[in-house]
Amino acid sequence: MENAHKQQQRASSAPAAKSSLSEKKKDMISGYLYVAPFFIIFAIIGLYPAAFSIVLAFQDWNGLGQMDFVGLRNFVVVLQDPLFWKSLYNTVIIGLMGTAPQLIVGIILAYFLNMAVIKFTNFFRVTIFMPYITSMVAVALVFGVFFSSNETALANYVLSLFGMDPVNWKTSEWGAKIAISLMVFWRWVGYNTIIYLAGLQSIPKDLYEAATIDGANRVQQFLHITVPLLKPFIILTVFMSTVGALQLFAEPTVFLGGSAFSRDEAMTVVMYLYRDAFNLGSFGTASATAVILLVIIVGATALNTWLTSGLGRKKKRGV
Amino acid sequence: MKKGKTTTLKAGTIPVYIVLSLASILSIFPFYWMFVMASQPSAAYNSIPPTLLPGGMLIENFQKVLDTIPFFQAMWNTILLCTTVTLAVLVISSLAGFAFAKFHFPGKNFLFICILLTMVIPPQLGLIPQYYLISQLGWLDTLLGAGVLFLLNPLGIFLMRQYISESVPDELIEAAKLDGCSNFRIYRSIVLPIVKPAFATLGIIVFTLVWGEFLWQFTVLRDPSSYTLQVALASLNNAFRVDFGMLVSGVFWATVPLIVIFLMFNKLFISSITEGSIK
Repeated sequence: MENAHKQQQRASSAPAAKSSLSEKKKDMISGYLYVAPFFIIFAIIGLYPAAFSIVLAFQDWNGLGQMDFVGLRNFVVVLQDPLFWKSLYNTVIIGLMGTAPQLIVGIILAYFLNMAVIKFTNFFRVTIFMPYITSMVAVALVFGVFFSSNETALANYVLSLFGMDPVNWKTSEWGAKIAISLMVFWRWVGYNTIIYLAGLQSIPKDLYEAATIDGANRVQQFLHITVPLLKPFIILTVFMSTVGALQLFAEPTVFLGGSAFSRDEAMTVVMYLYRDAFNLGSFGTASATAVILLVIIVGATALNTWLTSGLGRKKKRGV
Repeated sequence: MKKGKTTTLKAGTIPVYIVLSLASILSIFPFYWMFVMASQPSAAYNSIPPTLLPGGMLIENFQKVLDTIPFFQAMWNTILLCTTVTLAVLVISSLAGFAFAKFHFPGKNFLFICILLTMVIPPQLGLIPQYYLISQLGWLDTLLGAGVLFLLNPLGIFLMRQYISESVPDELIEAAKLDGCSNFRIYRSIVLPIVKPAFATLGIIVFTLVWGEFLWQFTVLRDPSSYTLQVALASLNNAFRVDFGMLVSGVFWATVPLIVIFLMFNKLFISSITEGSIK
């Protein structure tokens, strides 16, 4: 980083000396110069805030007055707050309900789309992918009307067709979670399908032909060829889904609208952090939450990636 | 390729078609329903069975949106923000990608690993200091403040490095150097024309990312005149009694341009997902 700065200054302050420089030197200067914009911006708006956040986690600060070092007190406050644990619980539950089914359905849809006998695959691909282009805010608002607490809401009408009672989607413990999970599912399932489809298309066709000759049926082929070879793609989607699920913010905030920060049925960790910082003016505890969230994200992604790689390995032995 | 040998019977494909059709219908239905509801009076939300055909209030509902939020201002802000950020990211990424792909300089590998590591930092970690920094700079409620965070796009550098090292031949660069071309001239006249397809991919990724991002824009844009579409739309849901007809109308008109662009370039959109995440 330091080097990049210096090189840049040197290069701009001495253009006349350029011609006398050797080709190698020139390339070196160009190299530093061309990566400099990213690293300068990163230092200011990425690295410095991240480091500052970690410092802030140990301070008492409302953003205006003096900072007071308070040691681990912010962490203690957050970890003793039942609302923090509730928001973590909500995040994990919504994350599981929103992403796990999505990955399974995504693999099935991709498998179907990759079947040679199926026609109109392009039409299916485009329509199934389409939800992804809508913004999270748009999805949350439209689903907010589907799942309004109104008895005549579309979701309640569908329930009534099955003889079920209407649900208060925005104010009940499971109603809010299910509605939010469904909007996450709807928006992302096509995205994951496309990634799995690319994975399936990278598997050589002759592997299947050889397996067919050896007498393997479709299910065996799926378990022993498709799943192991799709493993990198499954790891990728599990990784991205885990990170995304733990950062959930827009969907519940917009879905609940005015009551987003005053109710706890669907408050996520990032919403808890946001509320601490911008509604309650407690930057210290909010930063402590951010650090805790970082630890949770790193831990959860490591765990999930490890679990997913294990899944592939077991299957591989069967081939 | 489509005529690959298969042992499946035609009849066996019927369940597959049913599943795929169902998935398509469920994917498209909310879009259709958005159109229906954007054209119905709010009373339609209370009808049983639910209204599934469009009505005649398309313009009236939109007029109500215009009376409530600065819709066109927000649309313009969003387009301006997305375009500027996208162009800037393309320049930053292609320059850095060029350097990482074709130049040798001490610390290159270390710096590249740093870039990969930045992909792992969750954006919320720095949220509070970033907000504080932007407010100290006086950039709250400005597109500059809303956009500056998105200039950091490690994926862009990653994609560009990959693409340039694969498709810009070293011989071409050597030849240009023998002709006395400066490195920047090589970037401008040789690298840029070659990386155009990668620009399309990265451009779509960045544009849709900025278009749809909410947390940061919601944090720094508090004044209605600075609202981007996402923040403006979200504010429609804050009233005590929400007018559903107006709400859906706002979402509908904010989504239509995106649908049109997507249907025109759907291949590019879909390939940008696989290229952006797999490489």
